[in-house]
Amino acid sequence: MTGSLTYAYAVARDDGSLREVVSGLVGVVGAPVGLVRAEACEGLVAAVSQVPEQDFDEAALRVRLEDLDWLEATARAHHRVVDALAARTTVLPLRLVTMYRDEERVRAMLVTRCGAFVSRLEDLAAQVEWGVKIYVEEPAAEATPAPDPGAGLSPGRAYLSHRRAQRHAREASYRHADEAAGRVESAASAYAVDRVRHRAQQGGPASERGENLVNDAYLVPLRHAEDFRADVARSANGLPGVRVEVTGPWAPYSFAAPAAPEPPGRSGP
Amino acid sequence: MTEPPARRMGDLPSRGTPYGQGSSANLADILERVLDKGIVIAGDIQINLLDIELLTIKLRLLVASVDKAKEMGIDWWEHDPSLSSRADDGYRSLTDENKRLRAEVEALREGGEALTAGDEESEVPAPRRTSPARRSAPRGRKRDES
Repeated sequence: MTGSLTYAYAVARDDGSLREVVSGLVGVVGAPVGLVRAEACEGLVAAVSQVPEQDFDEAALRVRLEDLDWLEATARAHHRVVDALAARTTVLPLRLVTMYRDEERVRAMLVTRCGAFVSRLEDLAAQVEWGVKIYVEEPAAEATPAPDPGAGLSPGRAYLSHRRAQRHAREASYRHADEAAGRVESAASAYAVDRVRHRAQQGGPASERGENLVNDAYLVPLRHAEDFRADVARSANGLPGVRVEVTGPWAPYSFAAPAAPEPPGRSGP
Repeated sequence: MTEPPARRMGDLPSRGTPYGQGSSANLADILERVLDKGIVIAGDIQINLLDIELLTIKLRLLVASVDKAKEMGIDWWEHDPSLSSRADDGYRSLTDENKRLRAEVEALREGGEALTAGDEESEVPAPRRTSPARRSAPRGRKRDES
C-alpha cells in the first residue's frame, strides 16, 4: 500500500492573497500546490504538495537524487512554486526535497519555528536577490590573428609573436575582469545590503562562453533593484574580453538562512 | 517600510514577466540555489548527508550543465550499476561510489582541470568516516573567499 508525503517548498506570511497565487499552481510531479496555515503563528503559511510516498521516501530519494533528469524536473518545479510566491510576497525558500509525513507535521514545524521565520521574513521584506556572474571570454580568433606570412618574420618568430599576442590578450582580459569586479562592488556598495559568494560555474555551456571567475548573489532592496541591475549590467562596458551576466530577480534563496558567524581563522572579503 | 511587502513586490515590473527567471532560468543557477541554499530543516524524511554530498560532488563535475554533458556523451551515471534503481542496497553501493567519485575528483584536479569546489562549510558537513583529507579542497576555498 502506498500513501502520500507532504513536500514543503517555502514559508511565507499570507496577507490573504496567497490562496489565489497557489490556485492552479503545479508543483513537483505535477501535484497541485496548497497552503498549510499555522493558526498559532500569525499569518505564517507553508506552500506544500502531496507526493507519492513510493517516489519520495528515503530509499527512493537516494536513487532519484542521482537521476539528473528527475533532479532537473524536481528543481525546476520547486523553483516555479517559490518564484510564483515570491512574485507576491516575501518568501523563505526551503531546500529541495524537504519532506513531511503529513500537513500536520508541517504545521507543527511552522509553530515551532514561528519566531525565527517571522523575524527572517521581516529582514528580507521588500528585497530581491540578483545573481552576478563575471566571465573572461576566450580571446576571439580575430583578436589575435595568425601572423601574415608576408610580414618578414621567420615561421618560428611569427609563432612566438602570435603566442605572445594571445598571452597579452588573455592577461588584459583578466585585468579587465578585475576592473569589472571593482565596478560591481561599487554598485553593490551603493545598493546591496548583503552578498553571498557561490562557487564559480565550471564546464558545460558556461565554459564555452568563457571562464566564470565570479558568481555572487546580492540582496538588494526593491527600490534599488533596477538601478543595481542596470549599473552592474554596464560594468563590463569598455572592457574587452569580459562579460557580466545578471540573473534574477530571484526569491532570496541565498539569504534565506541568516548568515552563519564566520568560522574562526577565516576572513570574509 | 509602510506598505505591505506584497504590494511592493507586485510593483516590481520584472516579476512574473518573461524577463524574470521563470522556466527559462539556467539549470545551474537554479540547482546551486535549490540544493546549496534555502533553509535546511530536517523534515520527516532523512536524506543521508552522504548522499547529498555525493550529489554535490557529481554536480561539481557536471554543473552548469547536464544538457551539455549529455550532448557530449557524458552519461556515465546512467550506466553506473550502483545508481540504477537498486534502492534496497543503495546505501552500501553509494558509499563505494562516493569513494570512487572522490578519487575521480582528485584525479581531475591533478589533471589540471579547473574544477572548483568551494563553499564546503555551508552545505555538506563532511562525514568523518571517509577520506577527510580530500574534503578540504583548499583551492576551492581560495577562489571562494577571494
